[in-house]
Formats: sequence, C-alpha cells, structure tokens
Amino acid sequence: MIYDVVILGGGPAGLAAAVEVKKEGAENVLILERDRELGGILNQCIHNGFGLHTFNEELTGPEYAERYVDQVTSLGIPCFLDTMILDMVDQGDLKAIHVINEKDGYRAIQTKTVILTMGCRERPSGAIGIPGYRPSGVFTAGTVQRFVNMEGYMPGKEVVILGSGDIGLIMARRMTLEGAHVKAVCELMPYSNGLVRNIVQCLDDYGIPLRLSHTITFIHGKDRLEGVTVARVDEHLKAIPGTEEFIPCDTLLLSVGLIPENEITRNAGIEMDPRTNGAVVGELRQTSMPGVFACGNVVHVHDLVDFVSEEAVLAGKGAAKYLTGALDTHVTFTPLNGDGISYVVPQRVCLKNAEDQVTFYMRVRQVFKNKVVNAYIGETLIASKKEKKLLPAEMVNFKIARDVLAQYPAGEIRFVIEEATN
Amino acid sequence: MYDIAIIGAGIAGSYVARELSRYKLTIVLLDGENDVGNQITMANSAIIHAGFDAPSYKLKGKFNAAGNIMYEKVCADLDVPFKRCGSLVVAHDEYEMATIHELYQNGLKNGVPDLKILFKEEVHAMESHLNKDICGALYAPTAGVVSPFELCVNVAENAVDNGVTLKLNHLVSAIKKIADHFNIVTNTGNIEAKYVINAAGVYADDIYEMVGEPYFQLVARKGNYFIFDKEVGNLVNHVIFPCPSKNGKGILVAPTVHGNLLIGPDAEPVEKGDISTTAERLDYIKTNALKNCPTLPFNKIIRSFAGLRNTPVADTFTTTDGDFIIEESPVKGFINVAGYESPGLSSIPAVAHYVVEEIVKALIPDMIDNPNFNPKIRPRMRFEELTETEKKDLIKQNPKYGKVICRCETITEGEIMDVIHRSVGARTVKSVKKRCRAGMGRCQGGFCSPRVVEILARELHCSLDEIMYDQQDSAYILSGKTKSAQSEAKP
Repeated sequence: MIYDVVILGGGPAGLAAAVEVKKEGAENVLILERDRELGGILNQCIHNGFGLHTFNEELTGPEYAERYVDQVTSLGIPCFLDTMILDMVDQGDLKAIHVINEKDGYRAIQTKTVILTMGCRERPSGAIGIPGYRPSGVFTAGTVQRFVNMEGYMPGKEVVILGSGDIGLIMARRMTLEGAHVKAVCELMPYSNGLVRNIVQCLDDYGIPLRLSHTITFIHGKDRLEGVTVARVDEHLKAIPGTEEFIPCDTLLLSVGLIPENEITRNAGIEMDPRTNGAVVGELRQTSMPGVFACGNVVHVHDLVDFVSEEAVLAGKGAAKYLTGALDTHVTFTPLNGDGISYVVPQRVCLKNAEDQVTFYMRVRQVFKNKVVNAYIGETLIASKKEKKLLPAEMVNFKIARDVLAQYPAGEIRFVIEEATN
Repeated sequence: MYDIAIIGAGIAGSYVARELSRYKLTIVLLDGENDVGNQITMANSAIIHAGFDAPSYKLKGKFNAAGNIMYEKVCADLDVPFKRCGSLVVAHDEYEMATIHELYQNGLKNGVPDLKILFKEEVHAMESHLNKDICGALYAPTAGVVSPFELCVNVAENAVDNGVTLKLNHLVSAIKKIADHFNIVTNTGNIEAKYVINAAGVYADDIYEMVGEPYFQLVARKGNYFIFDKEVGNLVNHVIFPCPSKNGKGILVAPTVHGNLLIGPDAEPVEKGDISTTAERLDYIKTNALKNCPTLPFNKIIRSFAGLRNTPVADTFTTTDGDFIIEESPVKGFINVAGYESPGLSSIPAVAHYVVEEIVKALIPDMIDNPNFNPKIRPRMRFEELTETEKKDLIKQNPKYGKVICRCETITEGEIMDVIHRSVGARTVKSVKKRCRAGMGRCQGGFCSPRVVEILARELHCSLDEIMYDQQDSAYILSGKTKSAQSEAKP
C-alpha cells in the first residue's frame, strides 16, 4: 500500500497535522509514534496552562493531547505505536520510511508525502560541560518529569535547578509539592528563559529564589551528587572569582535549552537552518525536499503548544495541496532576521500558496522594552508591530496580510527591532 | 582456598585472569567496584598505540608493538570493536621533525611495522582538517582505536565462562602472608589464595604495602577529555598526536571506534580517586587540540570526563625508571602488575601472556591445560550494524530487538536484556551503557535512562529505586516513591 501522508511522530504537531490533512481530503494517512501512546511529551506535562489560545480553556497536557487524539480516532486515522523510525529515503515521487516494532518487525512504508513532527529533546549536561564529578543525581528536567509524573518516583530531596527553561520551572513547583526542597534556580543569562507566568506561579508562589546571572562551576560527589558550587557571572558570562558559594544538594536538574530532533531530516539531505536547528521551511511548512513538510518543535522550539498546533495546520494544508498538485513552488520572498532577532520562520514564502495572511514566528536575542518590530522589503517599511516588552523566552507572532505582500516584487523581507516612534 | 587471587578487575587483572583460565587452576578475580573495568579502563584515550614511543630497553618498549599485533585476533575472539585506523605524529617545525626521526628509529628498534615519515603534502592529503603549518609526520599504520570498557567486560566474561570466579564489591583492606598462602581481607569477607596477582591500578602500591616493604610508589596523574557528536566524528580519520614531550604524548585528536571524536588528555598529579574535570584543564585541552586541528567544532561536544594514569614515581624509592612493574615481588608468590599506565591497554595481550607463561609458570611449573578453555565469547547482536534482512530475521526470532530504547545510538531492548543476562551481566545504568552504548549518544541518556532503569528492575526482579547508576548503595538514582504513588499503594 502507498500512503498519501505519513506523519513522523504522534505528539501535538503530528496529531494536529494529521487531523488537518485528513480534513483537507487526504485519504490514506498514517501516524508513526515511538511511544506506547499518542500525545508525545504532553503526556508527562500534567500541569495546566495548555490550550488558552486554541480552546480558550486551561487544560493539562494529557487533556490537550486528548482533544486531538479524539479527532484522530473519529477521523479513522491509523497509527503504529511503539514504532521506531530508522530512516527516510527519497525515491523521487515516493518516500520510503523504514520502521521497526516488536509486533511487525522491520518494514518499509511507502508514501507520497511526509510530515516531520519529531519534536525536540533536552540539551544534556555533557553539552554544557559543567566541571567536576559525574555522579548520579544530575538529570535533565524532562527526565525527572517522566520519573515523577509517569513512574511515580522521586529523584531526590534537596534540589538545585540550572537554567530557567519552562520545564525546569514547572518541575521546581512539582518537586516542591512532592515534598522536595528546591533551593535555587540558577540562570546564566540576566533574564529568565521561561514564561513570566511560570516564574510567578512556579517559583514566586513557593518562595524559590531565581538567581539570574548565576551558573554552576563545579559538581561535587563521586557516587551521588553532594552539592554544587554556584557563582555569579560577569557580562561575558564568565564566573566572577570570589562569588562562589557551595550549595549542598542531592539532585541537580538541568533546564538549559531544547534542540530540535532532526537526525532523520539531516540524513535525508533536507536543507537545514543553523539558526533554528530545524529544516528551512516555506509558508505551508514545505521543506527543500518536494513532498516533505515539517512543523512544530522539530522546525523551531515553540513557547506554547497552541502555536505548535497552529503551525501543524499549515503543514497539513501544505501536504494536501501537494497531493492535488496545487502547491506552488515558486519562492517569492525570503524572510531574514535583522537587528535584535535571532531567527524567522518561515524562511521562504511562495505567495501563491498563502492564505489571507502569513504568520512569521520569530525570537528576539535579548530583553527589549517599548520597541517595534519592523518588516522591510528593500528600504520600504511594509508592516510594523509595537511591543511593550519582548522576551527571548516568548515567540513573536508577526502577521502580514497577503494583500500587503502582493504589492511588492519578489525579494527579502527583513525583520528588525527598532525604537518606537510615536 | 584458590590457587590464584587477582586484585583488580580492570583491563590488566581481567586479561591476566582470562589467560590463566587456559589452565586448570582455581582463580578468583576481585574488585572493590560494582563493575569490572570501572576506573582507569573506563576513562582513557582508547588507543592501541603502534609502539614507537617507549625505549626498547623498557618493558613498555618490549610489549607495546607485540601487544598491538595481537589485537585483531583478540577482538575477533572477544567480539570487541577495533579499528586499525593508523596514527600520525605531526611536526610543526624542523626541531619537531628531528623528534619524528628519533621516534621512527626507536620504532624500528621496537619492531613496529610499516612506519613511514611523511612530507607535508602527504599529511594534508591524508587529513584535510589539520593545521596548514604542519610540515611532516610520522605515520604508523598499525595504531588503532578500541572500546576499552567493552574489551574489559568481554575479557572478564570470557574468563568467567572459562571458570574464573568474579567477586565485585570486594574492597581489599589487608593481606596476610600465612606460611604457604595469603589471607586477603575485604569488606565483603576473606579470601584465601596460594598466589596473589596485584593489578590494582592506581592503588597497586597501597595493596603491595599490605604485604611487603614498599619498593615502588604510584602517583595518580589525571587527564581530562572531551567527546564530540558522531556528526563530526570523521573530522580526522587517524589518531593525531602532537610531538611528544617529557610530559607525555600530548593532546591528541582521535576518532573513536564508535565514530565519535575524542580530544585530550592533559596531565596533572592529583589525589587518587580525583576524577573531577576542571574548567582550566578543559580549556587547556581545547587550546592545545586547536594547534593541530584548528576547526574543532566545540559546539558539538557531548561529554567531558577525566581519568587517571598510575605513574610510578622516579625517586630513590623506585627501581623502575617509570616503566611497568611486572614481576614476582620480594614477597614470594606475590606478583605485581603495577605502574601499568599507557601503553598498558596496547600491551595487555602480550603482557598477560608473559605474566602467565613466564612468571606464574615459574611458580607453578606443573600447570595443566584447561581442556574446556574456549577463547571466544558468544557475539553480541548489534542491531544497527545489521543488514535489512538480518534485522527482519532477528526481530522475528526475538521481538525485543524490534524495540529501540536508546534513540541516539539505536540500541534495542533485546540488546539491553542480553547484556543484563550475560555471565558478567550489567547491574547498573552505567554498566548497561558500557556494554551496549545505551545512553552514550548525543542526548546522554536523557531519554533512555528511565527506560533502562525499568528494564533493569524488571529483569533483576527489584523495584526501580533499587537500581543504581554505578556504585552499590551510594549511587542511587531514585530516592523513593512520590507522595501520590505512595498513597495509591496503600490499601
């Protein structure tokens, strides 16, 4: 059997993309998922706060996933669970996906289109290279989230957290509720990398100190973690001698960033963007390989799952268009990140495919107050968005109407942060 | 009463045990750690040196090249990944070229085959990412890379399969010589043996002092390392050494046998047991590695670690001149395999043969062959390396090979269950990692470690919080159940 669409990953991006592409008319849709159930990382996110944009409700992670799983079920979309994807091979019009699972063994699945929705993984301790010993008791925040929420086990009692990413903040609260003592959250940067609401609800409400411009300079303990040395950093992010402080603890949680999981993408030879660590995509999330689409955290790390779902709808529409031969491949605009902005997605726009407006997602490099995000084509300012506060932790969603873009010839769209003029 | 007790189940002790198991002897292999090969063997450069460094009058010079040529057979018998990738000692100027020529001459004396001095163009044709100012190199095609911990585990397994008794978590605290035997006191009970082989790594001098007047002293010298993602594993294809100095072979850049890239080590005397990395030393390695390989992508580092060398000190104490100490000691029946630093790993097949055939045989001249000795172990399935058809067949035979647990290294549940149930089976998360690489990849176990804990608990019939990361009792992973799980458990 040849599938119309195979979706690589049954997390929030994959589920929403599956629903959309099916609604848009694709017949044979298949979801591949390596875990024992659909929902991806949402299943271990038992806190609430999901779905405010999508459903106007505050849902827990599993509840948010369930909304989409229900649609997948009622649309009759099949999925292979406990199934690992080994690779994806481009065979021209068709792609072959090689998968294994316990039940059916090794298989090659053929499909006309693919939607990449593999999500992201946590940056490990090795990558940030904290000096000292390598004892038990150093975990990434997501690993602990799994132990606590899924397995019902605690990793320790006296906790320090490095990095103020959202999972770390959520786990600070979760572990406190479970009776652990969270002594500090240390953040290398002078600002938090988590959402403001998480700082308030997960740290402030429990009296957990957030130490900005602090890092860990040494890990103590040969067998099990015995403590960490914490130091203040200067403007070059280097530890300031004399500011070191030993904090005894048995557990260190790392929440120091997420990395899109793109091994399959890279091995398939799809063009990557070093700024996002994801594939270069178009307005309907088409990649450089015809018939292959990508959405969600595998393209760029999102702040809210609601925007993952939003992006997945685009990929679903794109794949449906490709199947009917209606997808235009002529690139009109190339969005670029200018001053103050670290990346822009999509990196390509084929205007003929666009709906009423094109949404550009971007992240800022540092904290800005009372600035505007401006979009230029050549020297012409084509759109502008005023922001009271811009935080690296929060994505900027910048919408430009199709009619506006249609007034300009092909070229670069440059997004920059500039002073607000009244 | 055992015929022979070996103290230390690192590569030296384990390998000697395996060679002794060729004979009908009762042998016990003791280690204070919770796994074999858990100290020096666990953390080193993983290089099988060609053998041109050490002077030919030293044991190091005598055994290195001899051990090196035995590696294909050993690794084939013991199912250990080994790659004879060759090494280059690179020179930046004429002074260093002079050293290269000395090394070449010394290599000839040591019997190193196929050595060649290369001109600038030849070096850069072989390795495109080296510093352009490199003007020549000594090429040793017989140098290689191995997985030292897999070698040690498999050698120990082969020894056990051939009748050796392995006792882990037996930390030796005293040794008494009693008439015709030794009484070895450990934290887990006493062991009696007619002969003792001391292969206690960095602690070998302390062990010897329990039984005899000290005649050598060991200093722990620490080396820091970085491991890079497989994505950049082919930046170099040979082991790249700088010109050696009195401090050692210098900061090398090498491919690992599993396809990562490794840089290190520095050398710094430390207290025994100090395997902490330090910021200054890690920076030092980076700076020095860049001298030969200026495009090292430090954003692709996935792990840093440090390991120890056990270096004999050259002072009035010593009779060794920094060489291996491999001999029957002044205490009759007590054999030292000490000061066993680089090129110890490279030399071990030859050294173990020497210990058994020359030293032990002199003490026990009437050793009888073990008729059941089997030099091979049952090969381990490595799912990722199989062909499509082999993968299909394997999953059909055992569906557990169809479930990938470690995504980064593509390690299946079947492989993890296999290493748990072998005769030197994995009991800890770290020992699973050493044996089959689950958790060795770019995410460093973030995703798979909870699953490995689950599999260990299931296969060993214990609860999740009884599974250790490494050392028994002290290296726990989980401190207990959550409140909600506790209340659910109550009737």
